[in-house]
Amino acid sequence: MSDLGSLETDLLAKIEGAGDAGVLEEIRVAALGKKGVVSERMKTLGKMSPEERKEMGPALNGLKTRIGEAIEAKKSALDETALDARLATEKVDVTLPVRAEQKGKIHPVTQVTEEIVAIFSAMGFDVAEGPDIEDDFYNFTALNFPEDHPAREMHDTFFFEPKEDGSRRLLRTHTSPVQIRTMMEQKPPIRIIIPGRVYRCDSDQTHTPVFHQVEGLVIDRESHMGHLKGTLEAFAKTFFEVDSVTTRFRPHFFPFTEPSAEMDIGYERVGSSDGRGEIRIGQGADWMEILGCGMVHPNVLINCGLDPDEYQGFAWGMGVDRLAMLKYGIPDLRDFFAADARWLEHYGFDPLDQPNLAVGLSR
Amino acid sequence: MKFTLSWLKEHLETEASLDEIVETMVAVGLEVESVDSPADRLAAFTIGEVLEAEKHPDADKLKLCKVATKDGAMQIVCGAPNARVGIKIAYAPVGAYVPGIDVTLKKAKIRGVESFGMMCSVRELELGDDHDGIVEAPAEAKVGDPVADWLGTNDPVIDFEVTPNRPDTNGIDGVARDLAAAGLGKLITPTPKSIKGAFESPQKVELRFSDETKDACPAFAGRYIRGVKNGPSPQWLQDRLRAIGLRPISALVDITNFVTYDRARPLHVYDADKLKGVLHARLAEKGEKFLALDGKEYEADETMTVIADDNDAEGFGGIIGGEETGCSEDTVNVFVECAYFDPLRTAKTGRKTGLTTDARYRFERGVDPNFILPGIEMATQMVLDLCGGEPSEVELAGAVPAFEKTVLYPTTEVLRITGMDVKPEGQERILTALGFEVRKSDPWQVDVPSWRPDIEGKADIVEEVSRIVGFDHLPTATLPLTNAVEAPKLTPAQERRGRARRALAARGLMEAITWSFTDEKYAALFRNLDEMKAAGLYLANPIASDLGVMRPSVLPNLLAALQRNADRGRTDLALFEVAPTYESDQPDGHKDTAGGVRRIDAQRHWSTASHTDDGVFRAKADALAALEAAGAPVANFQSASPGPEYFHPGRSGYLQLGPGKKLAAFGEIHPRVLKAMDVDGPVYGFEIALDDIPAGRKKNVKTKPALNASDLLSVKRDFAFVCDADVEAEALIKAVRAGDKALITDVALFDIYQGKGVPDGKKSLAVEVTLQPRDKTLTDEEIETVSKRILAQAEKATGAQLRH
Repeated sequence: MSDLGSLETDLLAKIEGAGDAGVLEEIRVAALGKKGVVSERMKTLGKMSPEERKEMGPALNGLKTRIGEAIEAKKSALDETALDARLATEKVDVTLPVRAEQKGKIHPVTQVTEEIVAIFSAMGFDVAEGPDIEDDFYNFTALNFPEDHPAREMHDTFFFEPKEDGSRRLLRTHTSPVQIRTMMEQKPPIRIIIPGRVYRCDSDQTHTPVFHQVEGLVIDRESHMGHLKGTLEAFAKTFFEVDSVTTRFRPHFFPFTEPSAEMDIGYERVGSSDGRGEIRIGQGADWMEILGCGMVHPNVLINCGLDPDEYQGFAWGMGVDRLAMLKYGIPDLRDFFAADARWLEHYGFDPLDQPNLAVGLSR
Repeated sequence: MKFTLSWLKEHLETEASLDEIVETMVAVGLEVESVDSPADRLAAFTIGEVLEAEKHPDADKLKLCKVATKDGAMQIVCGAPNARVGIKIAYAPVGAYVPGIDVTLKKAKIRGVESFGMMCSVRELELGDDHDGIVEAPAEAKVGDPVADWLGTNDPVIDFEVTPNRPDTNGIDGVARDLAAAGLGKLITPTPKSIKGAFESPQKVELRFSDETKDACPAFAGRYIRGVKNGPSPQWLQDRLRAIGLRPISALVDITNFVTYDRARPLHVYDADKLKGVLHARLAEKGEKFLALDGKEYEADETMTVIADDNDAEGFGGIIGGEETGCSEDTVNVFVECAYFDPLRTAKTGRKTGLTTDARYRFERGVDPNFILPGIEMATQMVLDLCGGEPSEVELAGAVPAFEKTVLYPTTEVLRITGMDVKPEGQERILTALGFEVRKSDPWQVDVPSWRPDIEGKADIVEEVSRIVGFDHLPTATLPLTNAVEAPKLTPAQERRGRARRALAARGLMEAITWSFTDEKYAALFRNLDEMKAAGLYLANPIASDLGVMRPSVLPNLLAALQRNADRGRTDLALFEVAPTYESDQPDGHKDTAGGVRRIDAQRHWSTASHTDDGVFRAKADALAALEAAGAPVANFQSASPGPEYFHPGRSGYLQLGPGKKLAAFGEIHPRVLKAMDVDGPVYGFEIALDDIPAGRKKNVKTKPALNASDLLSVKRDFAFVCDADVEAEALIKAVRAGDKALITDVALFDIYQGKGVPDGKKSLAVEVTLQPRDKTLTDEEIETVSKRILAQAEKATGAQLRH
């Protein structure tokens, strides 16, 4: 029995002294391997008398277990040490800059159009569209612009080369032709907004030959100018993401609406006394025109085959680019079309920020 | 249109302040654009008195003055020759902004002497052009008085936008009428008195039109006034005209301008002694020329109305008079013309000739036919008052066109259309104040005044009533929702564009918006110009000659933008645009397109050893990402090469859903295109015809199919093939997949090799095939069977052999 004790002491000392996993493995083989000292001793159990076996069996098994455990423990300790040693050599300079990833942006016109769509779709408006290249009927005549009336000249129309029959097509000067197309195709009730590119033969600091409009049209049997006001006020408040917006409706003239009005919203400039400060929309003593609107002219309804004594409704039109400028403080309209990466990076939107009324239109 | 406050008050008796007047104008639809109040503009300037004026010790031409001012006695250095003791001057203190020289005054040292402020000239105050010396105020002016009280005119000028429907507001009387109706005072526009003629007019007038064209000028009235004395008009008239931006010329001309603005009634005055024979209106003969009052020669055509005497044409009726028969200082006998010219014809003539005059502006919008004869009387009275003379009887050719319009108007219309409940008495008061006559039958019969050609029906009456009541009385109503929660609103095409945009932006491309038109010579690189011409895509009046055609592709404008950015040093940019391109001028020629361009810069980064030029495949990946986002079945796409001719023939292709169903093109932009556009290459791009994506029907059933994931380990096997160099990878991959469509879940190409070990004209393609067992683990035999089938398929389709 005592030799078992010294064997154990000896083995444990060797295990403890093992310097690396290789030495430890040799010790394990020498002790617990097929021909290891402990294994050899185990083999002797078979030749023992039952009494001897009863005594030696548990002793040998205990020895085997303890040696095994000691080896495992030492192995873990050696692994830990080895890992620490490896890690000590694996140092990177974490202050190195990460690789620049190209970041895409959504153009403010797209973003603001989607904001407008989000608002009006919640109010039950469909989104209608039509072609950029139109003819005189849809762009003017059906919209109650009299032939050769000065009101047509206000539009600075782009025309195409005349055809053989003398007719000429044009680039739509507003998205209103889609009102006509919709009313001719679809019976009321109608609630649509019409986003799209429009064209005026005009180019200076505040005008570009291409710009974007969203028009709205409501036709039913009961919507009146109070609904127009309520709808557009609700829009302005939601769009500019302010608690309230003061509005002013001024009589104006458009051939296709009667009465016609322009809507102003209140604003103030803050942060600078020279009139160049930041614009705060919603309140304030100054007024800014943001859209034109009115009750659809009876002649327009008649032109679309609707009886103006039965149907009525309202329409409005607003400039998307201008709304984007106002909301996001973008100074120059011409930059919208310049595709300057610096501008797009600065004023553009993250593609993940899709306008949504539940989380708020913008961050 | 501009007018001054005092001028308005000749038509409107009112206690209202300038602010109230402006607010009310805006409220009734007269959009005030600016108010120029001299008192405000000159607020910084006050009267001072020169107490001492000594010579400057170091400058012969300068004076050292002591000036009594509102700030006490100030020392001011002044160079004006008239700076002398005792005069009253316009004092500008330190800190004042002097408009005429665009300077804000600071305390200055002039030749070593301090000067506090400035004594201003007329020009420095922007009261005139005089700059000979400092302005001298009347001796009665007191030190500290506002300069505006003593110098120039202290009459605010209001400028507002006349909308095309309101020709009556081209006269100040029209503005006054609106303001009176809105409750701001009483309309006191005087009615011109009829003046008895002393003799029969020696100047005869005639209308010489055919029956078809007689509406060009239905009435031509005039009056001969003899023995007038023309000269400068009186100061009050000159001041008025100057205040609204007109140049006083002579009393006779100034009178016509006055009536034009006062009553929206253009007139013309001829020197009667220069007229020969009958003065008449007629259509011009083609090529007829005359010298107009603006000193330019104009050529008329047979559509234009001219006024002529027996010699020749004198002017365009309703637009401009002639130089030869105009009035001068020596004019003794005059003939005053007051006629009616057809708005449409006047507008057309005006457009053709490019003449924009106050007369054209009014005639093309419509003048009050009932004011033809009163207009003559008013002008006569002014001529008699300002120039003396003796009037003839009135000559009239034709007849004043009848203006009789009655609108049937139910008073409930205001409520129906505007939601404002205006009592009938209120409506009657407003309409009457605006000059309508109301007959209260059911519905009302409302007679339209002759100065309101815009009023046609009851909607117009609704507008009149509601704008005078004021839109601030509109109720605020909410459109009722028909559904508790609204259904989705976007059409598939709209949704497709939106998703494509965000997918491309997520891949690092920046969204650009560029013109819908482009340069003809750029367009020619993308489409045949004759074809474009035939499709009607050439603009007749482009904004610039290099923006003359509708774009056949979004690529040219994007390429130009890419280069503009590169010129600023931004060389690693990717841009895209999702927008229309134009196949024809018909509605179905409007095509939704997504396109993008990339320039790939060798990225300089600490972790990059080398850069592989994978532009073609990035562009392909861009196209695939956008297509997938737009709902195209990308798994079914085939690639075909080459792409369109504006791409590199060896490095481009189409993505198609079978032959003839090309949805997109991608690749390297053709170097010839880049060279023609002066764009540095290489540039990679893609273009997608969004409209051609087959409509993926929205699934009615939202449940997804059950997950088909196997717990069994998948097996991966590599195959290296050798095939002809021109074998397309897609063909080989397809063939490998065909080895076992159920078992093979992925075929990934991981290596392409040409060179040592591979025969000339051959290449090696290596793929990793993933086998996914479903029911039981694959045995070696089963794997071997699949491998054999893969090899057989590959060989059959492409001739590829296993590489040894």
